[in-house]
Amino acid sequence: MLIRAATRVNPASGIRTALLAMGLVVLASCGPSGSPSSDATIDWNAIPDVPAKGDRIVDASIGDASNLIPMIAGDAASHAIASQLYLSLLKYDANLDLTGQLAKSWDIAPDNRTIVFHLRPGLRWSDGQPFSSSDCLFTLRLIQDPHTQSAYKTDYAKVTAAEAPDPLTFVVHYDEPFSPALASWASLAILPRHVFEHEDIMHTPLSRSPKATIGPYRLVDWQPQQSILLRANPDYFDGPVWITERLTRIIPDTATQFLELSAGRLDLMTLSPIQYTRLYEKKAILKRDYKRYRYLDFVYTYLGFNLKHPLFHDVRVRRAIAYAIDRQELVDGVLLGLGQVIATPYKPGTFWVNKSLNPRPFAPERARRLLAAAGWKDHDGDGILDKDGRAFQFTLLTNNGNKQRADTAIIIQQRLHEIGIKMEIRLVEWSAFIENFINKHNFEAVILGWSLSPEPDQFAIWHSSQTGPRQFNFLSYSNPVVDSVLEAARRTFDKQQRKRLYDRMQQELFNDVPVVFLYAPYSLPVIHRRIHGIHPAPAGIGYNSEHWYVPKPAQKYHLTEIQP
Amino acid sequence: MKRYVIKRMLGMLPLLLGITVISFGMMHLAPGDPTSITQQFNPRISAEDIERLRSYYGLDKPIYEQYWQWLKRLAVLDFGQSFSADGRPVIDKIAERLPVTLWINVLAMLLILVVAIPIGVASAVHKDSWFDRLMTVFVFIGFAIPSFWLGLLLMIGLGVNTGWLPISGLHDYNWQQMSFWQQQLDLARHLVLPVFVSAIGGLAGMSRFMRSGMLEVIRADFIMTARAMGMPERTIRYRLALKNALLPIITLLGLSVPGLIGGSVIIEQLFSLPGMGLLFYEAVMARDYPLVMGITVIGAVLTLLGNLLADLAYAWADPRIRHGGRK
Repeated sequence: MLIRAATRVNPASGIRTALLAMGLVVLASCGPSGSPSSDATIDWNAIPDVPAKGDRIVDASIGDASNLIPMIAGDAASHAIASQLYLSLLKYDANLDLTGQLAKSWDIAPDNRTIVFHLRPGLRWSDGQPFSSSDCLFTLRLIQDPHTQSAYKTDYAKVTAAEAPDPLTFVVHYDEPFSPALASWASLAILPRHVFEHEDIMHTPLSRSPKATIGPYRLVDWQPQQSILLRANPDYFDGPVWITERLTRIIPDTATQFLELSAGRLDLMTLSPIQYTRLYEKKAILKRDYKRYRYLDFVYTYLGFNLKHPLFHDVRVRRAIAYAIDRQELVDGVLLGLGQVIATPYKPGTFWVNKSLNPRPFAPERARRLLAAAGWKDHDGDGILDKDGRAFQFTLLTNNGNKQRADTAIIIQQRLHEIGIKMEIRLVEWSAFIENFINKHNFEAVILGWSLSPEPDQFAIWHSSQTGPRQFNFLSYSNPVVDSVLEAARRTFDKQQRKRLYDRMQQELFNDVPVVFLYAPYSLPVIHRRIHGIHPAPAGIGYNSEHWYVPKPAQKYHLTEIQP
Repeated sequence: MKRYVIKRMLGMLPLLLGITVISFGMMHLAPGDPTSITQQFNPRISAEDIERLRSYYGLDKPIYEQYWQWLKRLAVLDFGQSFSADGRPVIDKIAERLPVTLWINVLAMLLILVVAIPIGVASAVHKDSWFDRLMTVFVFIGFAIPSFWLGLLLMIGLGVNTGWLPISGLHDYNWQQMSFWQQQLDLARHLVLPVFVSAIGGLAGMSRFMRSGMLEVIRADFIMTARAMGMPERTIRYRLALKNALLPIITLLGLSVPGLIGGSVIIEQLFSLPGMGLLFYEAVMARDYPLVMGITVIGAVLTLLGNLLADLAYAWADPRIRHGGRK
């Protein structure tokens, strides 16, 4: 879970989109709309749905990978590549349930303090060495080592003892029951001990040229800032891996990515709402050759109050603001309808959502009544509510370079104005925003987002002990019921019981309104129609990408077997 | 002459030191630090982890001490290691990006000179003619047009709709399987659009500069004398006048030396080129201090050297300056 920062701050992007749209119109009227691709005559529906080996899938990344050792890398681009090379003991399946990956199964001891992993037998690293529990133990020791500068140590620091009694058994002990620990074994990629043992993890060539991997693909070529080429691992245990090559091109500009897609030179891209709707609809070649998918992304956007600020002490005021905002209007205006309104901090449609809670309706009258009950009335007739001589006005902060958040802020500003609240908007550069405002709790209200993980523990965000500098309960939310529920849920491994506890937490959050949950956007990928085997699920579409395939007659790239 | 050069070079040292102090200070004054960009705001990462990373990078020390450490390493030409996750030496990262930027800028500069000088001269010679007016309009359109917009239009027209040129990147997918000459051709095809788009903005400045320089020289007394002595008009224009009008261009070229390695964020981002502009931009955004300082120092040295070269070249080309001091 992390806040989505616009990693690339681009103040001109709005103008650019407008100009690009103009350009498309100009050129559409004068240029031929034909495509250079050779597969113009293929009827995609007539292709028999038979898996076959071969072909290459080309996708794009806005940034280059930096380090292929997952525990050191902090950026999404590196993790996207590394996750094809190294695997973890566990993984999430299509329905977001934990399942075995390198481990076949696992047991939790009755005292809930010991986890025993039973590893898959017969696995081998790409250099032929067997995979065993000593690799797991080594990886755990490595991330616990003070010399290893990993940002993900916290979860593994709780492991007080670990052993590898035999090559196929790996045991970890905790001092107290800690249920989020299980999920942490889905994110620790196991490294080969025989390769890393005598390397300095912080300065090793292995970070850019792995010697032994175990995932569905292997790294063959990396042109920095240009492209990364992976080739199928013929010995992959969960195979066969049908698509022979995966090429990731580094294209920092999403407008350029879209042009490459329009020319048929990318097979996969995640679109923005405007590309997904208007631009896609306009291009015959895109409609013919690419299929659109949509599923809820693992993020949500919220309006958060600084609960230490006197304006927001009264829960009636916070509820009033929640009633005054038309969430559907936000989804329609900001996301072009490609999102869902939300009532709780869990992804709609997943197991952990408290289904009895619905987003508050848009009810400005109710908002006015609540504010009046809290003493906020327009005594001086200037159109702005006041109380004890103080007008109801505050400043909302959000980071610049994120057009969706800025648009959201403007729409909310208008809605609050209608009920007599004056809200000013200030956009701040991301790191200044975090450093000067969030970390110092120096703000009145913010629009931000959280990424969601399939693990439901949100202790760091809502527990009252997490309000220190650089901690994540920067809204200073404090509710003893939520605290005790969060603590209890960390001690129980039983899924149904955890669900009941988190349901309770969501109910409390809904009543207290420390934040107004706004919306969750859809992720909007398009994928070339020749690629089969894509089954959208609660986890999205990428969970089974190693099992995608291209039927023989539809294959586009005919690869010659040349080892670079 | 030698003494002059040595004196100028020595004078650069305090200047360079001043530049590093100011840029180091400014970089650290900017809010946030390397740990705040990628690692903060991930609830999986605790405040202690952040503190540990900060001390690993030496960011917990006072700023003057950080500067002193950095300066000591710089004295032996060690630019340090990047703060980003790859932890590679700064100098490697720069060396990897420099050729692309250098190529594009040198080619664009040549294109500008080849096109702008004739336009400027012709406009001056045929002042106020329809040609002059047309060129004025043309170069100002080129100057005013946003380069990313022009770039996108060309990409749509020549890349997407017709498929004549590649849209972005430096190489085609199967570059490694190509023969040497195919590779060069492929590279050239990829460079056409970025070089053209980089050059178009510079055309206006250079051609206007050339035009006004030429006009000034044509009106000068010695040209009048040459005309009076009955020299052919062609010789006057292209031998006497042009030579003198080219002098200011030397200054401009000297000043553009640091620009050659600077690179353009917009063009590199648009065409997905691995150049210096994006490297620097991303380093600033990620607060990758060693990389920012490395590029700044190299840029500053080149700026100072460029100025020196321009002065020397000017003295070499213009006897009035060369002999000026001895009167």
